[in-house]
Amino acid sequence: MLKDITLGQYFPGNSPIHRLDPRTKLIVLVVYVVALFLAESIVSYLLMLAFLLTVIHISTIPYKSIVRGLKPLVMIVAFTGIMNIFFYNSGKVLVKFWVITVTWGGVAKAIQMMSRILLLISGTFLLTYTTSPIALTDGLESLMKPLKKVRVPVHELAMMMSIALRFIPTLIEETGKIMSAQKARGADFESGSLMDKAKALIPILVPLFISAFRRADELATAMECRCYQGGEGRTKMKLLHYRRSDFTAFGVGAALMAAICILGQFGL
Amino acid sequence: MEPILEVKNLSYVYSVGTPFEHKALDNVSFAVRRGEFIGIIGHTGSGKSTLMQQLNGLLKPTAGQILLDGQDIWSDKKLTRQARFRVGLVFQYPEYQLFEETVYKDIAFGPKNMGLSPEEIDRRVREAAGFVGLTEAQLQVSPFDLSGGQKRRVAIAGVIAMEPEVLILDEPTAGLDPVGRAGILGNIEDYRRAKNATIMMVSHSMEDVARLTDRLLVMNGSRLAMDDTPANVFAHARELLDMGLSIPQVTQVFLHLQAMGLDVNSVYTIDQAVQALKKIGGGLHA
Repeated sequence: MLKDITLGQYFPGNSPIHRLDPRTKLIVLVVYVVALFLAESIVSYLLMLAFLLTVIHISTIPYKSIVRGLKPLVMIVAFTGIMNIFFYNSGKVLVKFWVITVTWGGVAKAIQMMSRILLLISGTFLLTYTTSPIALTDGLESLMKPLKKVRVPVHELAMMMSIALRFIPTLIEETGKIMSAQKARGADFESGSLMDKAKALIPILVPLFISAFRRADELATAMECRCYQGGEGRTKMKLLHYRRSDFTAFGVGAALMAAICILGQFGL
Repeated sequence: MEPILEVKNLSYVYSVGTPFEHKALDNVSFAVRRGEFIGIIGHTGSGKSTLMQQLNGLLKPTAGQILLDGQDIWSDKKLTRQARFRVGLVFQYPEYQLFEETVYKDIAFGPKNMGLSPEEIDRRVREAAGFVGLTEAQLQVSPFDLSGGQKRRVAIAGVIAMEPEVLILDEPTAGLDPVGRAGILGNIEDYRRAKNATIMMVSHSMEDVARLTDRLLVMNGSRLAMDDTPANVFAHARELLDMGLSIPQVTQVFLHLQAMGLDVNSVYTIDQAVQALKKIGGGLHA
């Protein structure tokens, strides 16, 4: 169960997508998401899908991994679909039963919403799959730099984010170890009522929290020992540079946005 | 005597069918009897930890069988659950699994899961606490207020309280000071004598396994490389070193003495060393 969580997992590689500047990838992702919300027609969605598949293909990330990443979200997608089918009414009535009315418009809306969520999540996954957490936070910090003027602690936020990302796999591993240890003492996580199952979590959560706090404490000490004082006057070993491929990516992003807008104008 | 635990042609593969597929155990077979003290040694990644988790049914074998009193522990769901209680498993750094408000409640977690009566739970908790040298007063404090060594004792008591017939420990003395190490190893030996239990202990201290165990299992590259008495295992010094393992320091000294022409047989504990030296010393004076 725990092994299925691939959130924030980085697949090391050397594809053109991997080599792009993290800022480029972040900006193009934002453009992609906005375009996704502007898209209305089937043609626009097919264009978005084609764009996504092309990027996945260039990134050399196996399609299987993307699908596996989507698995934990099946419930949310299904829920969205069901809500739209039952509560969005327009067009020809397909089924009428008690208070429930299913219309052709509702089904179409449900399909649209589900595709939107799937495209949105796969696109976001592609970013974390092809960008190491360190590059990602470097990119975010650099993009948010203007906010420093209004006293937003940009460096601290970026540092917090990279630490959080860094500890996800560690904590998953730790959870596995604690579960095994409690199972060895006869703990049962599978059977019993919902209440029993919730109670069974206590022997996992308490040690997990304690260990998280201990790790945080140790990390803080280790950072202080290396004279960490926050972002003031701190320089970077790896400076970010835009290269020609980044400008190509911006061009493609702009073209996608323009295409979606034009298609929208024609009501497609 | 019939073996209590028998491992037959056990193989285990992690993450079957993914790019991370990895064979952790390859055709391992052995049998252990009641009351034996067995040491398991092996380089990091040799399959020791995987093997341990197979023995009490935490991991299901990819191939092969684990027989407890002659019954396959995976043949019936009830037997699998029974195996958890009859084969006690103490993980590495077990103090990180403590969670209850008091030491008493934490030690009682295992027996409670077994569905025992309150009187029986109380008896077992007190007896287990006695084995690891916890005082009556310490039973009522929070486990998080204890020192590292004492927490380790509480965690071991939590498994001992289930009164397992086979007690498996993964490096029970890792990270403890010499006094703490000797204490815990003594507690384990006491438990073995009192209950005629089988002990299987993973350790990186060749001195400890040489002194305490009467049989050694040597794991190397997912396979069981040797299964013999410590004397016979340590006689293969060269092979052990090739596996990234070592031999007791005193054995190293005596191998050098042997190479220098002294007539000493293979020695692997301090007591034997004293005996061997006395023999030679006596011979020189006479």
